[in-house]
Amino acid sequence: MRISRREFLKRTATIAGTSLLGSSAIAHAYEKGGPSIFSTGNTANLRNWKLFEKIEAALPKERYGVLVDTTRCIGCRRCEWACNEWNNNPNKPIAEFEKSAVGKDNTFKTIRRMHAGNFTVVNRFNSLKDGKPIYVKRQCMHCEDPACLASCFVDAYRKTTISPVLHLPHVCIGCRYCMIACPFDVPAYEYYEALNPQITKCTMCYDRIISELIDLPAGSRRPSSALPACVEICPAEVMRFGKRSDLINLAHERIRNNPGKYVDHVYGENEVGGTSWLYLSSVPFDEIGLRTDIGTTPIPNYSRSFLFGVKMFEIVGAWPLVFGAYYAISKARKKHTSSHDTSSEKKGESHGAKH
Amino acid sequence: MAQNTNTWFREKILLGMTPRDYIISNFNFPNLIAAGFIGLGVAVMIYRLFFGLGSATNLSDTYPWGLWIGFDILVGIALAAPGLTLGTAVHLFGMKDYHHFVRPAILSSLLGYIFAVFALTFDLGRYYRIPYLIGYSWGFSSILFLIGWHFFLYINICLIEWAPALFEWLNLRKVREFFTKLAIWATIFGVIIAGGHQSALGGLYLVAPSKLHPLWYSALLPVFFLLSAIFAGISMVIFESSITHKVFRRQLKHFDQAEFDRHTIGLGKAAASALIIYFILKIFDIAHYNNWAYLNTPFGYWYLVEILGFVLLPAMLFTHCAIRGKAKLVRFTGFLTAIGVILNRLNVSIIAYNWYLPSSQKYYPLWSEIALTAGVVAMLVVAYRFIVNRMAIMYDHPEYESTH
Repeated sequence: MRISRREFLKRTATIAGTSLLGSSAIAHAYEKGGPSIFSTGNTANLRNWKLFEKIEAALPKERYGVLVDTTRCIGCRRCEWACNEWNNNPNKPIAEFEKSAVGKDNTFKTIRRMHAGNFTVVNRFNSLKDGKPIYVKRQCMHCEDPACLASCFVDAYRKTTISPVLHLPHVCIGCRYCMIACPFDVPAYEYYEALNPQITKCTMCYDRIISELIDLPAGSRRPSSALPACVEICPAEVMRFGKRSDLINLAHERIRNNPGKYVDHVYGENEVGGTSWLYLSSVPFDEIGLRTDIGTTPIPNYSRSFLFGVKMFEIVGAWPLVFGAYYAISKARKKHTSSHDTSSEKKGESHGAKH
Repeated sequence: MAQNTNTWFREKILLGMTPRDYIISNFNFPNLIAAGFIGLGVAVMIYRLFFGLGSATNLSDTYPWGLWIGFDILVGIALAAPGLTLGTAVHLFGMKDYHHFVRPAILSSLLGYIFAVFALTFDLGRYYRIPYLIGYSWGFSSILFLIGWHFFLYINICLIEWAPALFEWLNLRKVREFFTKLAIWATIFGVIIAGGHQSALGGLYLVAPSKLHPLWYSALLPVFFLLSAIFAGISMVIFESSITHKVFRRQLKHFDQAEFDRHTIGLGKAAASALIIYFILKIFDIAHYNNWAYLNTPFGYWYLVEILGFVLLPAMLFTHCAIRGKAKLVRFTGFLTAIGVILNRLNVSIIAYNWYLPSSQKYYPLWSEIALTAGVVAMLVVAYRFIVNRMAIMYDHPEYESTH
């Protein structure tokens, strides 16, 4: 493992640049637009919500998740197609997705994020180790303790017992605070809808994965399998759907059985308190756009302790203030009664001081 | 009867003029400018309502909050703190000397909140659902929920505190007495409520530790916001009173310049103490998070501009003025402090937010966002003037006893 001087300098510069900029994902150019930002009229979130209200009580209390092995991804973007297809998002033929990976103006030239019309994106990074491309699929991570849920001031999110974090569009006011709170920048917003703009996000195909757990209510869409649409279509077996605890074991097993292949870390096992989507990578996670500076504290904990403080301030602090006021009133009343007859004369002369 | 209402309208609304005279008397240059701003602002509002946020603003999925939150809410509410600071000082700490600053302060708080919420409705996607927050769907774990409710309560509190002036104007003696008695309790709750939500506005960013620059992010954000709201409130009183005492001079029959200057300096002293505590806490904050290294980066220089130029400098100027008795410089320093608070709020909400993005990806407001904000500010100024010209805000009503 000898590194050439040049390579060493290059790496040091990258690390320095990375720490200066926060994370290296960010050092890559972020794109600003794309057709999916103009999308409006999303129906997937509401559909899943209605289903959730009907069946949640019947579901098992078992966390599910998806393990993403980024070393296997070939960047075909079929998952994006399948996601759009199942969720009725704006779509184009699958061949165009595959074509867009190559050529001068290929999709991978910019780092993309989820927008109103797409719940998942595949980004390309180049390994600093060997220069080979690494493809990383992004979507909602479905946190164990979701920041979006805790930040929502009209309670428009639910953490389901089987993992998916669902958004409830018909109480959402559109304040977009969940977008501020989400450490993974997941929720997107229909900026080009004037009257009924919605927050949109991945549902982990809640309406598909429940089909194996319970009998679907009458009238529900029948999925081709109980896997999320993206997992089902993947030709490279990048993703594995299963119970979260099993997936964590599987991930560590893969790391153990393939020495040197993976970084010894399962991204999502503990990040912001744990997420349902877990990632394996051959290079440090901040080099493939997964932030490593977000910590293991669930984001809602930051606001919880503050809210506790405010409550204490308002309850404990209120009493001295109330007594102070009472004291002030009684003092003023005493003064008032003693100087009542002279008050009318006083008013005239004190006008200069009191205007 | 019809004639009767007409006279009432003429006396109360048109200041005793005929409609024709009233319009002519208001046809002047400052009003034309205000009308221009308001016209443009209203045009943008209509555009926003018909074409959505995407067309009317530069907001994006990366920058969900822009100028309308950063300025209209964060800056607006901080600068609308005069009611909190002066109400507390006079009603709770018994500083009766300052009682004639109270009514203008409460009015500016009331209007500040009302217009901030008004501007906010254009930022909310489904503004027509705002009542949901009050009585339909409660997100107890959200700091924004606390803010929403506190805004609602605080506007009501300001209305109660302002009500005596309103009913003096309407000549309803009994109702006025009722609200005068209620005012002290409103002030108490006002202190609690305003303290709670001023700090909560800083608390909003507690959930974004990975997005806000480390120099601005801190577990103490709520404390910083509360403290800076206090000196923002005081400096706004200094700033506003220096303007209103010029503009509405004819309402002040026995105006005593020396007395006014002494009070201005007194306010400066209070602001200086708040600024110094704030500055010391900021230094502790850097030391606690060991952020010294960040100071020697472009964001660090910007941070130093804010902290040295708009916190330490005003603190020193206020102290200097208090020792030397320079009222004019206090007024300038009040202005400087207010600018500093504006800078701080915009830093937290826009400039240091998503700080790692390259400048080409950063948010900057579209002209229409600035136009709407300017329009709302113009509306606020016009409303303030409208009320001060009619009600006993700057002076004690001659037919009523002073409430203080």
